[in-house]
Amino acid sequence: MSASKPPADAGPVRMSLSSRFENIEMAQHLCGKLLEGREVSEETKHWILMALREALANAIKHGNEQDLDKRVHVEMRVDQNTLEVRIRDEGSGFDPERVSDPLAPENRLKTSGRGIFYMKTFMDDVRFGRHEGGGMEIVLTKHLNASRE
Amino acid sequence: MKTSVREVRGVSILDLKGKITIGSGDVQLRETINKLVEDGKKNILINMKEVTTIDSSGIGELVGCYTSVTNKGGKLKLLHLPPKISDVLTVTQLITVFDVYEAEPEAVTSYGG
Repeated sequence: MSASKPPADAGPVRMSLSSRFENIEMAQHLCGKLLEGREVSEETKHWILMALREALANAIKHGNEQDLDKRVHVEMRVDQNTLEVRIRDEGSGFDPERVSDPLAPENRLKTSGRGIFYMKTFMDDVRFGRHEGGGMEIVLTKHLNASRE
Repeated sequence: MKTSVREVRGVSILDLKGKITIGSGDVQLRETINKLVEDGKKNILINMKEVTTIDSSGIGELVGCYTSVTNKGGKLKLLHLPPKISDVLTVTQLITVFDVYEAEPEAVTSYGG
């Protein structure tokens, strides 16, 4: 019997969350469960969950504007050792190209505008798009056998 | 998040415990610092030792607090920064904005009081 047999692909796990910040940790918990038994360090897992937190906070605050009648749709899966998380809100959307660079000297001391930067820093790929069903969709991707660097 | 304030040789040390995240601790941090500023406190040291999680909203509040205190002629510094929070400040180049200390006596002395 091989002790190093890789875990099977997992998911998709789908959730529909109300637009409350309290739900962020529930989604983080489920993502953590999806990563269990995989070749992913605690360090990498920490940054994945932080990126997930940022994406969910973005959907709840900026996408759905905390409107409790609007939902945040989350789908997570691990396929061939790659984690993919899709997060869709029901808001009117935004242009990710117009988000200012938090590293620019004039933005360094702003109190907001770092969430997308953190997502891009901690994940391998972050894509934005308008979902055909309405709202913005963020797709976060992380290769689980790679470190943050 | 739990907060408590103590005074050590003219420095207001704010001990934080728990999360500084959106909807949980971020506004509380701002209100606590604003109260200290309104009370005329100028030397403020935030002890981050027991902060377990921070997100971009919490980082934003830290930056806002730094600006508020500085604009009032005060100094806001950080103590016992956990490694992952240090990383989060580093990637956004904010680590150079804050004076960060690893020992409380050294941090208190740095205010020159």
